Amino acid sequence: MGNIPSAVKHCLSYETLAQDYPWLVRWLQEEKYGAICEFPKTVKVVEVGPRDGLQNEKEMVPTGVKIQLINMLSETGLSVIEATSFVSSKWVPQIEAGATEVAILGSASETFSKKNINCSIEESMLRFKELISSAKQAGIPVRGYVSCALGCPYEGRIEPEKVTEVAKRLYDLGCYEVSLGDTTGEGTPKSMAMMLQSVMKEIPTSALAVHCHDTYGQALANILIALQMGISVVDSSVAGLGGCPYAPGASGNVSTEDVVYMLHGLGIETGVNLSKVIDAGEFICQALNRRTNSKVAQATVKS
Amino acid sequence: MATIMRFVNSSLRSRMGHPSIALSCSASVARAVSFGVAAAKPLPAKVKIVEVGPRDGLQNEKAVVPAEVKIQLIDMLAEAGLPVIEATSFVSPKWVPQMADQVEVMQGIHKKPGVNYPVLTPNLKGFQAAVKAGAQEVAIFGAASELFSKKNINCSVEESLQRFEEVMKAAKEQGVPVRGYVSCVLGCPYEGKVSPEKVAQVAKRLYAMGCYEISLGDTIGVGTPGGMSEMLEAVRKEVPVDALAVHCHDTYGQALANILVALQMGISVVDSSIAGLGGCPYAQGASGNVATEDVVYMLHGLGIQTGVDLHKLMDAGAFICQFLNRRTSSKVAQASCKL
Repeated sequence: MGNIPSAVKHCLSYETLAQDYPWLVRWLQEEKYGAICEFPKTVKVVEVGPRDGLQNEKEMVPTGVKIQLINMLSETGLSVIEATSFVSSKWVPQIEAGATEVAILGSASETFSKKNINCSIEESMLRFKELISSAKQAGIPVRGYVSCALGCPYEGRIEPEKVTEVAKRLYDLGCYEVSLGDTTGEGTPKSMAMMLQSVMKEIPTSALAVHCHDTYGQALANILIALQMGISVVDSSVAGLGGCPYAPGASGNVSTEDVVYMLHGLGIETGVNLSKVIDAGEFICQALNRRTNSKVAQATVKS
Repeated sequence: MATIMRFVNSSLRSRMGHPSIALSCSASVARAVSFGVAAAKPLPAKVKIVEVGPRDGLQNEKAVVPAEVKIQLIDMLAEAGLPVIEATSFVSPKWVPQMADQVEVMQGIHKKPGVNYPVLTPNLKGFQAAVKAGAQEVAIFGAASELFSKKNINCSVEESLQRFEEVMKAAKEQGVPVRGYVSCVLGCPYEGKVSPEKVAQVAKRLYAMGCYEISLGDTIGVGTPGGMSEMLEAVRKEVPVDALAVHCHDTYGQALANILVALQMGISVVDSSIAGLGGCPYAQGASGNVATEDVVYMLHGLGIQTGVDLHKLMDAGAFICQFLNRRTSSKVAQASCKL
């Protein structure tokens, strides 16, 4: 030990190393065995096509078609299919109408919050407090969303700490899960990693999800890095339904088919039958008279 | 304790390239923690992009593109800062009509200083024609799948490598660097799964023959990050990682994720195609090459230098798509309204 500089002695204790830098210990082990890192064994895919996807499609979709889509998706093994709308002041009728789960949307950007839901972030949190306590009384779980987690169409760069603040508020208010949304799709693996690193200090990783948009083609790479960091819930949309309202002609949600293909390729269990998802995607694209955004579907469906 | 420190030191040295213990350790820790990835792998500071659009891309487009359009495309790509642009292929025009204007293109491009313009040469005859036309770098290819080799170039992998020995010999004599390609590294349209060891074997042969760089191609785009890392793990045991490149196809949307994993494993050369030119001949209507714009967007977002100007790149993409009367396959271009 005599020739080790004193500056580094504090990290010579293996116990201290392991405690302070658990990633370093994992890295050393992986370096030895050549594996890249551990992914979660199972990932829950949250299908947002019927809600987030269709909401952003130009064509109006008849209710019958929507129902058939949801039914087809139910047969695929997807355990969560969002058919709910975001709770607004008209929440009571939705819950009374038999909604089994509701979602609330917070924003990491003040400007986006004002333009999108016409109030500041603080005001929205006050409204949510009321809504969540009523939902709790009715025994209905609430999922929280944070939009603009990796950038805002109006403000540009969003600080990870701001995302953390908003996510923590939603979690503390009682959301069982908080989905972090790259609303503009501009995020890249580095900004995703920095944002998650900040949020994961305040919220348990198991209560976090990523909601990536593929507007700049970055979604799967961003999801990959999120998985490497321990995230095990991923939002996606069948056939990549839902364009981007901030970039006309651009794509929006990442395709469920492409996400499931990657997860299965990584040996991660999802419980989802990929061919059935492709079928559901083909059905809705035919109904909408549009081409699928899913590359997996393009490569496998004879159109 | 001393053992751990030595192990950390050697791992860090192989990553960082210099022997200082204390500074490497804390610098690496600080950098890795600030990047925030749980299993932090330092990414390369610079990545060389090898633009294959004018050759691999156009070769797989239906419309035949006149030489002057190809020349203008290549010149625009050089202006965008791309350091390597695969200009054409010296293959028989009988097989690839798109590349029939190989000599005209080679002689018509404005060769920007500092930019390499490799050309594909399937055999000695092609090599000689290439050098005569002014080529200063060539590329040869092997497959990691026997069936693919037989169906594609009508001979076994071993036979193809022997043919290339001739090219290598001539190239060495004339001081022409040679880049090697291995196709089907993550799957074959005929054989299905391809073993990483087979890929490593073929890569090793090409490297031992004298190729300065080996580009590993996911020809049908079926690969996912797990398969990519497994394959690279096998190959980098045989070929130094600095001499490796990845050539990912985006047929199943996996390209950027695969490229990210490759970067995490030390790869610093990435092939891509402007506007994602080049469909997939094995899946009708599907996409092929990954779009250079999307790759550059990701690399710049990661803080990695490429020397490429993304706006000029998008202009080049818009130019060729307009000519081909097709929509760009690049999402970045679509989002930026450069169709």
